Amino acid sequence: MLKINNLHASVEDKSILKGINLEVKAGEVHAIMGPNGSGKSTLASVIAGKEEYEVTDGNILLNGEDIEDLAAEERAHKGVFLSFQYPVEIPGVSVTNFIKTAINANRKAKGLEDMPAKDMLKMIREKSELLEIDRKFLSRSLNQGFSGGEKKRNEIFQMAMLEPKLAILDETDSGLDIDALRIVANGVNKLKSEDNAVILITHYQRLLDYIKPDFVHVLYNGKIVKSGTAALAHELEEKGYDWIKEEVNA
Amino acid sequence: MSKYTEDDLREELKTKEYEYGFFTDIESETFPIGLNEDIVRAISKKKNEPQWMTDWRLEAFKVWKEMEEPDWANVNYTKPDFQAIAYYSAPVAVDPNKTLDDVDPDLLAMYKKLGISVDEQKKMNNVAMDIVVDSVSVATTFKKTLAEKGIIFMPISEAIQEHPELVRKYIGTIVPTTDNFYAALNSAVFSDGSFCYIPKGVKCPMELSTYFRINQGGTGQFERTLLVADEGSYVSYLEGCTAPSRDENQLHAAVVELIALDDAEIKYSTVQNWYPGNDKGVGGVYNFVTKRGLCEKNAKISWTQVETGSAVTWKYPSCILKGDNSVGEFYSIAVTNNYQQADTGTKMIHLGKNTKSTIISKGISAGKSQNSYRGLVHVSARAENARNFSQCDSLLMGNECGAHTFPYIEAKNKTAQIEHEATTSKIGEDQIFYCNQRGIDTEKAIALIVNGFSKDVLNKLPMEFAVEAQKLLEISLEGSVG
Repeated sequence: MLKINNLHASVEDKSILKGINLEVKAGEVHAIMGPNGSGKSTLASVIAGKEEYEVTDGNILLNGEDIEDLAAEERAHKGVFLSFQYPVEIPGVSVTNFIKTAINANRKAKGLEDMPAKDMLKMIREKSELLEIDRKFLSRSLNQGFSGGEKKRNEIFQMAMLEPKLAILDETDSGLDIDALRIVANGVNKLKSEDNAVILITHYQRLLDYIKPDFVHVLYNGKIVKSGTAALAHELEEKGYDWIKEEVNA
Repeated sequence: MSKYTEDDLREELKTKEYEYGFFTDIESETFPIGLNEDIVRAISKKKNEPQWMTDWRLEAFKVWKEMEEPDWANVNYTKPDFQAIAYYSAPVAVDPNKTLDDVDPDLLAMYKKLGISVDEQKKMNNVAMDIVVDSVSVATTFKKTLAEKGIIFMPISEAIQEHPELVRKYIGTIVPTTDNFYAALNSAVFSDGSFCYIPKGVKCPMELSTYFRINQGGTGQFERTLLVADEGSYVSYLEGCTAPSRDENQLHAAVVELIALDDAEIKYSTVQNWYPGNDKGVGGVYNFVTKRGLCEKNAKISWTQVETGSAVTWKYPSCILKGDNSVGEFYSIAVTNNYQQADTGTKMIHLGKNTKSTIISKGISAGKSQNSYRGLVHVSARAENARNFSQCDSLLMGNECGAHTFPYIEAKNKTAQIEHEATTSKIGEDQIFYCNQRGIDTEKAIALIVNGFSKDVLNKLPMEFAVEAQKLLEISLEGSVG
């Protein structure tokens, strides 16, 4: 599904990613952990195609296709989804209107007609139940005045609606209380299938108790310095990141 | 990454011609250029006006000659040469007795281009049209249905002939000839416009609509609209404009007067899309408009405007809340792009007791444009318990445009409650990226964000206008992301 080769990226001439190699196959869940400033969110943004980031070397292949020249929306049309760490507010645009616009934009890119209103409503009902979202929530302005938990739940709701191939969840667990975390994780688990893949970016082991990763990678100073199974996450939880830094710097 | 950049967008915009910029070649009968007493008389004579009307025009002309063009607005432009303008132009192929079928086919083709085919309007929209092309109205429809209710809706030139007592009673009472430079000019030379009278207790069964359009090159247009809602009546009036592309600036100085008698309600909606000039700031319409309404007891006037066109706009639809418990509302979206300049807002004059006013202004600036809100809330000494709520929001795109807010508040009564809120925001790259990431391209993302920003005002428009207005916002801002 996703293959990243020797990826180097910088923002405003500051080098952040310094040679990332990663392969994610359909049906897999990968967790990317690491201390603050190691480049986790940058990696997510670069995969999603944020303009400010410049790829200086290496490439990203999505189902074998190099996506460097694709705009962010074109990557989205190919099934890349990013759950934002800090979702933005769009005043006056309701959650429903936004998701409707997004779904129809994706359909248009595939040469399909707009989704009939009836189907849209049905889908919204199903997915909002899955994530225990109150219907009233859907008519509020996107992310405006949302609590941290509501914002994250709204991200996962959009993911559920868009049914991406590759979902990148950037610190979706931060700012969630334990109930919200359970609901969000439950939602992600239900959406997981043999055809899609998930990359979880997180600081903490906590989320991984709910969503079991197949692989855990540690990102430090712009490189993946250690990879392993779920056991690695437990080790990090216990011992912190210092021993990794020491290993790298040794 | 080879991305579709801001620059690409700008390039694309440059190549996009003004959508309605075409010129229909209709034989026109145009007066010699310049303005003097003889021209004023000639206009009046051409229209076969009664003596009182001629005198009124001449009086206005006398006043105008003594006046100076106002320069307090936050706009810069070359002052029009008033002696270089022709003050009367009528499509000559038109005979007032003709039916629509007889109308110049070129003219009909033009309507079609504009998407305002009269036939379609008749059949589908339940909208009565009084179309002004240049200065003479050429098609009036639905007259019969309206007549059954006693509603008068006709070109003001006809109303002067058929209902002189009504016109004479009300014209110039809300916007006197002495009011300002452009109102005085309009009073002297207005060529046509609309007149509407809703009798006591009548709810007008359809939205009344007028399309104005400047056609003849170098011809200023001076419409005059007079709308009287008698006691307990209701009317919703729609006004929309587009103008063809021209290199020289065109002057548009309209006057609109609304009178809402006791318990009456007037809803007046405008979509203004005159030619804004090109991306170098060349050409475009000067839009200097005076719009004002008077509310008697328990009456309500609601102005809603979507202003996307014109090179320079100077416009303050206002309410005089004379009667106790009367209500004034102003909902505005003003979009400026490229080199457009808009100085627009409202005046709410609270004279009666328990009068209420609401002002919602949404300014959107892009390109190198300047967008100003200018408003006055005045509470007189006798206006007990007057209340006002004002909200002025500005949205900026790019780093070269400007948004300005000039709110004036004069409260002479201690019981007044006045609230003013203002915000300024910028369409952020983060917002655009968020939309892009969900599969929404940048153009659509901007449309979504702008529509969200303008929602409170768009919601106030009649349905058929809201759709048109949304489209207009999108067209006006294409390629303006920064």
